[in-house]
Amino acid sequence: MWDYSEKVKDYFFNPKNAGVLGEANAVGEVGAISCGDALKLMLKVDSETEVIHDARFQTFGCGSAIASSSALTELIIGKTLGEAVSITNQDIADFLGGLPPEKMHCSVMGYEALQAAIANFRGEEWRDDHEERALLCKCFGVDEGMIERAIRMNKLTSIEQITDYTKAGGGCLTCFDRLEDLLAKVNSELVAEGFLAEHEAYRIGVASAADIKAKAKARKETEDAAPAPASPLAPTSPLPPPSAGMTNLKKIRLIEEAIEELRPYLKKDGGDCELVDVDGNNVMVNLKGACMGCQMASVTISGIQERLIAKLGVPIRIVPVKSNAH
Amino acid sequence: MRPVYLDNNATTRVDPAVVEAMLPFFTEQFGNPSSIHSFGASVGASVKKARQQLQQLLGAEHDHEIIYTASGTEADNTAILSALEAMPGRDEIVTSAVEHPAVLSLCQHLEKTGRAKVHYIGVDSLGRLDIEAYRNALSEKVALVTLMWANNETGTLFPVEGLAELAKEHGALFHTDAVQAVGKVPIVLKGSAIDMLSLSGHKLHAPKGVGALYVKRGTRFKPLLRGGHQERGRRAGTENAPGIIGLGKAAELAIEHMVDEQTRVKELRDRLEKAILQRIPNCFVNGDPRERLPNTTNIAFEYVEGEAILLHLTRQGVAASSGSACTSGSLEPSHVMRAMNVPFTAAHGSIRFSLSRDNVPEDVDQVIEALPKILEKLRELSPFWAGANKDPNDFKPVYA
Ligand SMILES: Cc1ncc(COP(=O)(O)O)c(C=O)c1O
Repeated sequence: MWDYSEKVKDYFFNPKNAGVLGEANAVGEVGAISCGDALKLMLKVDSETEVIHDARFQTFGCGSAIASSSALTELIIGKTLGEAVSITNQDIADFLGGLPPEKMHCSVMGYEALQAAIANFRGEEWRDDHEERALLCKCFGVDEGMIERAIRMNKLTSIEQITDYTKAGGGCLTCFDRLEDLLAKVNSELVAEGFLAEHEAYRIGVASAADIKAKAKARKETEDAAPAPASPLAPTSPLPPPSAGMTNLKKIRLIEEAIEELRPYLKKDGGDCELVDVDGNNVMVNLKGACMGCQMASVTISGIQERLIAKLGVPIRIVPVKSNAH
Repeated sequence: MRPVYLDNNATTRVDPAVVEAMLPFFTEQFGNPSSIHSFGASVGASVKKARQQLQQLLGAEHDHEIIYTASGTEADNTAILSALEAMPGRDEIVTSAVEHPAVLSLCQHLEKTGRAKVHYIGVDSLGRLDIEAYRNALSEKVALVTLMWANNETGTLFPVEGLAELAKEHGALFHTDAVQAVGKVPIVLKGSAIDMLSLSGHKLHAPKGVGALYVKRGTRFKPLLRGGHQERGRRAGTENAPGIIGLGKAAELAIEHMVDEQTRVKELRDRLEKAILQRIPNCFVNGDPRERLPNTTNIAFEYVEGEAILLHLTRQGVAASSGSACTSGSLEPSHVMRAMNVPFTAAHGSIRFSLSRDNVPEDVDQVIEALPKILEKLRELSPFWAGANKDPNDFKPVYA
């Protein structure tokens, strides 16, 4: 069986926040019984402050699915929606001391349920794009949007990783061509934005559906296969240095744009925000005026973070710094 | 926590009497059974005795109908490849959708590489072979029929003797993967239409890494491994004398315990199964309740996932296994569950308990005690569980 971390076992055997939340005002449901796992996330959100006062879950699935769901509730209780929205599936996995690679989809399920619950609270339809963007993997009911998000959030660069993170392609694999196209497209975008080095990006044709199926089968049949490493979550390679040229420029420009869009709102409240530096996924900003040190600072930061994530589609951390330039 | 082992279809404990029988052949009687000097000769005699012990268990006419292999998998592969090579003009294989990967993977490979056309016969919701489809697949083009005697996941028995008769009518060879059947159900090969049969030591309290292929005298045969003259040139490689001798002893013990297996072990299994079905709502038995191994029960639980059940069982000292996806690294339920079209509400929640003569009543009690609470806990967690809406005593699964 799987080599789960102690924390995964603990959260599986003694799940926190399991059950129904009667007075929930935000609910996210993802997965299906026929696919082998499903999660219903229920939140009680303060409509004024948007603080998540309580969170409960119900999960159908394996040990790591239940542990991931419980971990998610622990991560978000007490946070504002703005803070919660930037929690990634990686955060869930890290919280649990890592998940076996084949089980990363459990953390992605948590991420998707949270996004769905937040959208539900805001009265939006959670990117329910099954209509326009038809299901890509019919075996597990995974649509293109979800796969694209998982690729971006986790910088996935192989079809097998897509299967580990979303289950897409884990069945008949007739979706192979479309998975390949999507992976190549999103990877080249990530390269253009400076999040992925050129040589890491997936190139169409390096994998074949037959190979992947053979490997998956071998994996399944090797009962005594070496246990998966407990923490497979180290990034596959470091980001290119900030001076990597045009690519990073594009990223910085997007970040600048996002901040520019926000500044009028901040100024209205007597504050301001300035981009100081970008280091990998960390965006250093200088908060000024009324924003500084005030109670609203964290709300402002998460607001900026949320906007940047929406714009770039990759996890971004806003790090407030003092600018010593002036 | 008292450990309870209910995963005997995966592998069994080597019987201490088997170990004892083997030990002298590592350090004292270490000779090569093919040698003519005294070191080898005594080993050769012991190997012969072991062959006769196994012959008895199989009800075979001659001891030389047994060819030792290194595993059940090797026996299966040998039988299939031999038949294709030995039956010129015939290039079709008939098998079932629920075979062990030792058969299925090879068939798929032969198909892919254009060496054979394969018919995969389906099963019904109880795992019973579609006899009509089987009849239709048989023809003068079929080199080999290979059908398992007992299914490793559900314990369902195929009526292989009758199926072999049908194959004979078309001149096809008949092989059965009896890895799960040997030692658990009585077998008499003499006078049957079965040409080849595979077995594996570690499923009947002998060690891992030794198996055998029975090849009826007069059956056309081509070896898989070529080299020395061992096994009358049908399987080259110096004999695994300790393993073969251990398998012989295990065969003798299996004959001794056959009645126990059919009575006491079966009663334990039945008691476990009944108690689970009575105490836990919304669950049902996978497989054919009538034609089934005496030691196996596979139970599907609605609205919960198998790995989650297994993790809880493990914590309570109980070892079982699951046909669910999550335990194996695959994402889909096992090919057996899919072939049986197990209802989607339960396809991911199947647990196999497989007993052996090593089990005692307390083992079963421990599971009966632990399992209802585990299911209650997991179902409370499940978003699909809306309470038992049916009387557990007459719950019927809904097949699509
Ligand atoms: C039905 C069946 N066939 C073949 C095998 C393979 O036997 P072995 O492990 O000796 O290769 C097994 C064991 O899992 C089995 O259950």
